[in-house]
Amino acid sequence: MVAILIAAGVFMYTSPFNLGLDLKGGVHVVLEADESAEATNENMTGVVSIIERRINALGVSEPLIQRQGSRRVIVELPGIHDQQQAIDTVGATALLEFKDPQGNTALDGSYLKNVQLGTDRYGQPAIDLEFDREGVQLFAQLTTRYQGQATTIVLDGEVLQTVMIREPILEGKAQITGGMTIEEARHMVVLLQEGSLPVPMNIIEIRNVGPTLGQDSISRSFRAGLIGVILILAFIGIYYKLPGLLANVALLIYIVLVLGILSAIDAVLTLPGIAGIILSVGMAVDANVLIFERIKEEVADGKRLRSAIEAGFNRAFTTILDSNITTLISAAVLFFVGTGGVRGFAVTLGVGILASMFTAVFVTRLFLDLVVDRRPDTMAKHFSMGRFKRS
Amino acid sequence: MNFVRYRKPVFLFSGIIVALSILFLIVPGLNLGVDFTGGTILERQTARNVTTDQVRRIMDEATPGLDLSGSVVQILDKPNEFMIRTRELRNADIIAIDQAFDAQLGSLVELRTDVVGPVIGQELVRNALIAIIVSALGILAYISWRFEYRFATVAVVCLLHDVLIVLGFFAITGREVNSPFVASVLTVLGYSINNTIVVFDRIRENMRLTRKQGYEVLVNNSLNQTLTRSFNTSITTLLVIVMLVIFGGSAIGDFATALLIGVLSGTYSSLFVAGPLWMTWMERKK
Repeated sequence: MVAILIAAGVFMYTSPFNLGLDLKGGVHVVLEADESAEATNENMTGVVSIIERRINALGVSEPLIQRQGSRRVIVELPGIHDQQQAIDTVGATALLEFKDPQGNTALDGSYLKNVQLGTDRYGQPAIDLEFDREGVQLFAQLTTRYQGQATTIVLDGEVLQTVMIREPILEGKAQITGGMTIEEARHMVVLLQEGSLPVPMNIIEIRNVGPTLGQDSISRSFRAGLIGVILILAFIGIYYKLPGLLANVALLIYIVLVLGILSAIDAVLTLPGIAGIILSVGMAVDANVLIFERIKEEVADGKRLRSAIEAGFNRAFTTILDSNITTLISAAVLFFVGTGGVRGFAVTLGVGILASMFTAVFVTRLFLDLVVDRRPDTMAKHFSMGRFKRS
Repeated sequence: MNFVRYRKPVFLFSGIIVALSILFLIVPGLNLGVDFTGGTILERQTARNVTTDQVRRIMDEATPGLDLSGSVVQILDKPNEFMIRTRELRNADIIAIDQAFDAQLGSLVELRTDVVGPVIGQELVRNALIAIIVSALGILAYISWRFEYRFATVAVVCLLHDVLIVLGFFAITGREVNSPFVASVLTVLGYSINNTIVVFDRIRENMRLTRKQGYEVLVNNSLNQTLTRSFNTSITTLLVIVMLVIFGGSAIGDFATALLIGVLSGTYSSLFVAGPLWMTWMERKK
């Protein structure tokens, strides 16, 4: 018992809560492979690893990149609030193409060996490109064949630059210049370095939560929870007297236990999830109420206190089990069908129900057994009050 | 208290409420949020307090060529915080709108931006329906196994009763329905069953003890024996839910309101509908 509580405390201390994006703020993006593209398993794995590398280059702490279904990727970027930046980083296909004067692609970004930030001859930001062995040949062919004509540099279908080819370039080096800010240039370097996505991806959902909203939600729900719990403690204490106080201690243990388990299993805490915890406190009381009412009945039937407690727990148990399992069924369905915040709610609700069964059946029981030895008369009195008359 | 005596007016009352709820679901129907329909939600805070007309005007001016007349603008918890719900916007448009707000209303803070494509919304509708149907079937199966099919059927009828009332309430009040709403409906579903089970559990137990007294006495005794529990549990659950409604703010208020309606309806149906309905069925059988 004590060990469990200490463990719960240690877990909360060592692994603080994993807050969902709705609470800590950040950008959530859902991408789907373009309809025209073939989203093979291999391609999608490529998409995930390239997006991962781009994000790492961005320096986001604890990003989440995961596949959903066969054609989708979910990206979560905590702490990022610039939506445009997120879209550019995650959503860009980053296919660089060099086109000949007829508009055919002569070579593309897959032949790049090295990409670097540089400056043009006017000191403006530019991007230095270096091709690999095959790329050197293709680039030499292009520049030899179309000497005196123009080549177009295209990124994701958008023309970056049109350049006059003055002489053949045989060493495989090129520079993209013109009209870029240093940030844009740096961003493009990252995209080109990590290569293009094997499948073009469309952004089908973006959710961006600012840093203040999450904080506000946490403090609001904390206050709601705190007041709610105090009212419950007062109600149970006044209604059930001594046994009620014991149930209240059990309820506080329950809260510590739930928070400990949630932090131990690394559950992601979302706003609906917090509501789930608060709700589960209200429902956790139910098991105690069921047991106490049973004990009262047994006492009213003339049983001695000890055997009344024994019988009360035993008979209430099946009720508690049946009624909680049905709620667990809904929680499980929510977990498998829901996404994001709803899933967080399912986890906290499920953990809450299991923990409440445990505390009511074992912890409250332990307290009652301990106290019944010391204060048998008070207990007996408090368990024989306030019953509704049977009709 | 005699719960069974007034069963006819109770059934009539419940029937009317449920019929009205279904009617409200058809006209005016649920106010589906962007999670379901696709679209954009912008929540912003500015230095100055705003009116909805002001927000609309600035938004229209910032996006010439876009028809945003179908947008919904709402002032949030504070007079300088507002929410815009509109069609799916491109990021360039959002940036233009934000710049206009910043210029005209001062120090813009971005609270939340959601852009949801239509595909996601359709999937959410499908998933929500699957979730509710699978839960109901799972519960039906479990209760049929632990009790018998009549208890299970009545429990599911009560569950639908409660869920329909929550849906009807949201339809008639025009509150927006989003994905957390699905979670609250499923919680109502679990809670409703939970209450009904406690009553049925007692009926089942008393049935073994006393066979001769007739269903009316059996059901009424069982309800009275579990009355204190039903009452106390509803009070403790309602205490926290009401606190969530009062202090939760806009983000969680609707979620908590759905729970509030559901728990009230669940308490009522488990006391006045479930037992008497089961009894009526059993007496017909004879």
